[in-house]
This record gives sequence, C-alpha cells and structure tokens, in this order.
Amino acid sequence: MTLNRRNPQLNAHGELIHLLSIEGLPRAVIEHILDTAETFLSVNEREVKKVPLLRGKSVFNLFFENSTRTRTTFEIAAKRLSADVINLDIARSSTAKGESLLDTIANLSAMHADMFVVRHAESGAPYLIAQHVAPHVHVVNAGDGRHAHPTQGLLDMYTIRHFKKDFTNLTVAIVGDIVHSRVARSDIHALTTLGVPEVRAVGPRTLVPGDLREMGVRVCHDMAEGIRDADVIIMLRLQNERMSGAMLPSAGEFFKSFGLTPQKLALAKPDAIVMHPGPINRGVEIDSSVADGRQSVILPQVTFGIAVRMAVMSIISGNEA
Amino acid sequence: MNILIRNGRLLDPASGRDETGDLAIASGRVVAAGTAPREFRADRSFDASGLIVAPGLVDLAARLREPGHEHEGMLESELNAAAAGGVTSLVCPPDTDPTLDEPGLVEMLKFRARKLSLCRLFPLGALTRGLGGEVLTEMAELTEAGCVGFSQAEVPVKDTQVLLRALQYASTFNYTTWLRPQDPWLGKGVAASGAIATRLGLAGVPASAETIALHTLLELVRVTGARVHLCRLSSAAGVELVRAAKAEGLPVTCDVSINSLHLTDVDVGYFNSAMRLTPVLRQSRDRDALRAGLADGTIDALVSDHTPVDEDAKTLPFAEAEPGATGLELLLSLALKWGEDSRLPLAKSLATVTSSPVRVLGETLGSLASSAGRLVEGGVADVCVFDPDARWTVQPDALRSQGKHTPFAFQTTGMELPGRVKLTLVAGHLAYEALQ
Repeated sequence: MTLNRRNPQLNAHGELIHLLSIEGLPRAVIEHILDTAETFLSVNEREVKKVPLLRGKSVFNLFFENSTRTRTTFEIAAKRLSADVINLDIARSSTAKGESLLDTIANLSAMHADMFVVRHAESGAPYLIAQHVAPHVHVVNAGDGRHAHPTQGLLDMYTIRHFKKDFTNLTVAIVGDIVHSRVARSDIHALTTLGVPEVRAVGPRTLVPGDLREMGVRVCHDMAEGIRDADVIIMLRLQNERMSGAMLPSAGEFFKSFGLTPQKLALAKPDAIVMHPGPINRGVEIDSSVADGRQSVILPQVTFGIAVRMAVMSIISGNEA
Repeated sequence: MNILIRNGRLLDPASGRDETGDLAIASGRVVAAGTAPREFRADRSFDASGLIVAPGLVDLAARLREPGHEHEGMLESELNAAAAGGVTSLVCPPDTDPTLDEPGLVEMLKFRARKLSLCRLFPLGALTRGLGGEVLTEMAELTEAGCVGFSQAEVPVKDTQVLLRALQYASTFNYTTWLRPQDPWLGKGVAASGAIATRLGLAGVPASAETIALHTLLELVRVTGARVHLCRLSSAAGVELVRAAKAEGLPVTCDVSINSLHLTDVDVGYFNSAMRLTPVLRQSRDRDALRAGLADGTIDALVSDHTPVDEDAKTLPFAEAEPGATGLELLLSLALKWGEDSRLPLAKSLATVTSSPVRVLGETLGSLASSAGRLVEGGVADVCVFDPDARWTVQPDALRSQGKHTPFAFQTTGMELPGRVKLTLVAGHLAYEALQ
C-alpha cells in the first residue's frame, strides 16, 4: 500500500534485487534459487572451479560481527563466480573509530562496490543498508541479529530437497535456542513457503516462545513429542553465553532434555536426516555419535552452501532495481 | 494589542459552549465571547468564518531538548512548533542534560520561554537527583521555581523503597508525581512482545512490564495517598487497571500518546526506525482499548509525547535508533482524527487536549487554573483557531520542529489528517498566524 510496506528485496517486477530475508519470497523465487544452485554444484566439482558470471564485479564482505565459516563460504562462492572479493572485518576497524554504519557504506560505495554481503548484530541492519545504496548495488544478508540468515535457510532447503525430494509430505523439527536464532526464522519461512505440512519448534519455554505459532509452526516443549516421526531434524547451536543464566541453568541440563542422542534420534523416522548450521557444540546440543553418524548431513550442508550462495549472488546481480 | 476574531464557531468543551460569534481580546484576556462590546476597537481583526475558535491546546508531554540536546531541538524551534500546532501550554519532562533537578535550571528555562512568548512552559522537576533513582530532589525549591510536578521521565526508579519515600515526601506537600509505569527489567526491549517482534527478531517488551509497574505504583498510591499521574499507557491490561483504580477512588490520572492511539506494531514494517518509540507500539487490541479508555474518561488526556530526534540518531538499525518522534504539530489533527474514527462530537476530541489536561494539572497552574484550556470571559486569551474541514498530509520537511521524524509522515503511512491550525494566541499575543 505504501513505500514502507513494499518488500524491499524485490523490484517492481517481483524480481530479487537483494536477499534480506526469506519471508515474503514467492515459492517460485526460492525454487529458482535452488534450481540454479544445482547447476553450480557441478562447477564446484570441476577442475577449474570458475564461471565468469561476476567477472569485473566487486563483492565486499562486510562482517560487523565475527564469523569465519559464513564469510569463507561467501568468499569462495564469489570467487567461483570470478568476482573480486574484499573482506572487511568491520568489528575491528571503522566502527571502533566511531564511524556510523551508513558512513562506512557510503565510503565503500565510493570504491565502486557492486555487492555487499553483510553480517550485523542488530536485526534489520541489512534493510537499512539496502535502503541507502545506489540502485545498481545489491545487498545479501549474511545474518542480522536474531532476524534472518536467508542463505543458511536456502542451503538448508537445498539439503532437504536433495535428500527428501518432496517437501509436501515432510515433518521437520527445529530444536534448541529458537528465540535467538536467525537460522530458525529463515528455515521456518522457507519450509512453510515450500509447503512442508508440519514444522515443529522444540525446546524449553525460555528458548521457544509461544508467539512462534503465528509463524505457522507447532511449538513443542517436550523433545520426544518434538522429534517423533520427524523426517528432518535441524539442531541449532546453543551460544556459549546462553548456556547458563536466566535462560538455562546449564549446558548439561540442556543436553539431558534437548540434546540429540542416538536414543532420541530413534524416535524419528528411520531415514530421518540430521542437520546443523554449525559450528556444532558436541555434547551440548548434539551427541558426537549423531553428528558423525550415518543420518548426519552436516557436511553436505556446507558443500551445498557454496552453490546456493553462488546462485543467490548471480541471480540478484542480474536484476536491476 | 486588541484582537477581534469575528464570526467563528466558538467551541469550548469545558462549558459546552458551541455557537457562532466573535471573540474579543484585550490586554491578554478574553473580554467578550459571543458578541463584542460596541465600544471594542480592535488593532487586528480576523475573519474566522467557517473556522473553529477553541481554547489553546494543553500538551502534557513535550520534550524541547534544551538544555543539552540542542542538536535535536531548540527552545525556539520547538516552541514555534507548539504554536503552529495550536499548543499554548506544554509540560516538559526533566530528562534534559543536565536534568531538571536544580531550581536555577528551571528558572532559566521558564525565563527563556517567557521571552519567546510562543507557548507557556510548565516543567516537571526530576523526582530524584540526576534521575538516578536514589536521592530526592529539593521539591519545594523546584516547585517555587515553577515545576508543576515531579517525574522520572523514562528512567524507572528501581528501588521500591526509594519510590515509596519519594511518593510519601511528594504527598506531604501535595505535589503530583508523574511516572511512566514500566518495569526496569522487563522494559528493556525495543518492540512489543508478540508475533511481530518474534518474527522480526527484536527484543520484546511484554505488557506485563506495564502492568507489574502499575500494580506496584497503585499499591503505593493506596498506602501513601500520593497523587500520581501515569504517563503514556500502552496496553489494554494497563487501561483496565487504571479503570479499576479510578473506580476505587485512587487519586490517579493518566495520558496516552498520539502514537499509541493511532499505531500498532504492524506499523514497524521493515524495521522502520520512525516507529522506534517509547512506549513501544502494541497490538491492535491494545490500541482499541486505549481509544475506548480515552473516550470513556479512564484516560484523562491525549499527549504529543513530542521528542525531536536528529537524523543521525534515526538512521541506525532499529534497536540502536533513538526512540521518539516529533508530535506537537500533529496533536490537534490526531485528536480530531481519533474523534472522527470513533464518531465522537468535536467537543469531546477537543476536550482531551484542552480542558481535560488542565484538570490533570489542577491547582499547580495557579491563577491560570480557572481559565486555561477554556474560553472564559475574563480568562486568559490562549486561543487556537483552526479549520476543521482542511485535510493535509504530513511532509516532514515542512514541519517547524527541528525533529523531522514522525510515524505519521505521508510517505510512511499514507495517512491524511483532518484540521489545520490557522491562528494561535498565547495571552493575547499572536504566536502563530496563517490567516489573511
């Protein structure tokens, strides 16, 4: 109805110009990303792992919050598309000198950036950036606060599709610290958009608020109920700072109630897959024998992540605001 | 200067007067309402045909940002905004820098406002020194300097012992304490708890942050008999508690902001920092309850909660953005809009920004108490003349306030507002004029 309400990641033709959140993405757009990723998967297996789609383009990795894994996979993805990649560890540079977020963006834009890959501790920060960049500049959200981590959500969908083929008959359980998890939110939006009939959010009441029901999930505060007959189990990382305090008494008690052990996994379907966005805390949210077991697809997730990020970057750079 | 406002619709919610006539003003006072005396000679005369001649607005919450935040607002710019909004009296909270905890600061502020002659200024003194919540201020001295009550602004007193003592002390001298009911711990979030905050990944403020604080405050009022004005209710449950407290006869009054009266958390949209407000915007059932509470008198007054915020402080990620919005120039229109939406008579919506807030201020207004917020022959000539049929849209750059951020900007909400101020008189002085 108004400027404020138009989904800022789509242009007037409904094409993706930024990737800020999975929420509001049409199913066809998600499927197009997954299909494109599939074509890139073979690139990653070739001897010369490069395609020239982003040749001459500059991709700036702007990480206002530390991350090694996500930043590296974005870097690999951009390089395989032949882009020039510049990594900026903002957490330790500009903002420490008091420069504002938008000043940083303006300065980097003056260096002719074509794409910003942004991670920020505050929910919504990539929206602010997307509103202030020139029309030819694209923004990819690499994780903002508790809000969204859309490329993780997409690679999770890629993984599920790879192993399960069809979304419309699945039961997916997301287990752990959902209230603080941007991965969980992105997964929930993606799963409900792709037609998964049952998405469960599993964990104690401090970490799994009842409001989640309004996102279309079934809230379970009991692990057995949460994973029984599940086809897919997505375990979330429990952040160190939340392991003991007012949210949880201890990591040990959390593991006892909600950690994924072989015994609990036996409640799920025999061919259930176990996923985790990484890095994993062995013995906190997941038992080593499960993480390394035959049902674990944690490492394929990482491989697919590069293809999915290549797909996202190539698609948005081909669309104009 | 003698001023004659001719042929307007004189509308005075307090007395129920609603008739077409003239308003004659001399020496800062209304000399006649209805028919001007034959011998009255006007220096300035205004044709108010088709316009409403009402008492000047009284806003119980407007930050002027002086001293200490001059980059966000200056006394002159903000009092000009007040005049343009038809506001002739305003109450400002003590969260300036330094805080209003010294009589000298209050005197200086009042003195400078008086020199500008744009709007009457009624400061609230800090309840505790530096709003620190520990040491009481010199309330008697501050009252002498011109404070009309004592407040903690947005900083709750955490220590209930201090709060009890503060209320006991204030009530010794019959001072009113103005407090926003918010639990200091539960109130730390940036958006109302609920589906939208959860979806956006924003830290929530549950309605219980308000109701727990209200339960505590109301119990302390019960114990001490202190008079308390509850600032900026935001929740349906909060309205219900105040309704019960009033039925019980507790000496409490309360207000609601234009933001909470018209907006909900849905308006946060895609992290729009113009919607970063305190109190947080809640759900539509809360908004409906606030609207009903204002209509049935549970809520005594509608306030602008005017808080100019500069551009840099708003172009930040939602949670980091400074809360607040400009509002003085929107108060009248948003009161009228609420009245139209709720199908209430014009006098009723006007009362929420004129006679009702004056009742909250009561005797603290001194000699003004009998005529501020009203049109009374012999009373002070604080007048707002407005065109009730004008429709306008908020273009932030056209606002007089130094703060340009408002959730009601046309670009954001697409909202069209009723009512446009044409003339504002403060003590018979022309503070704002947009009439030929």
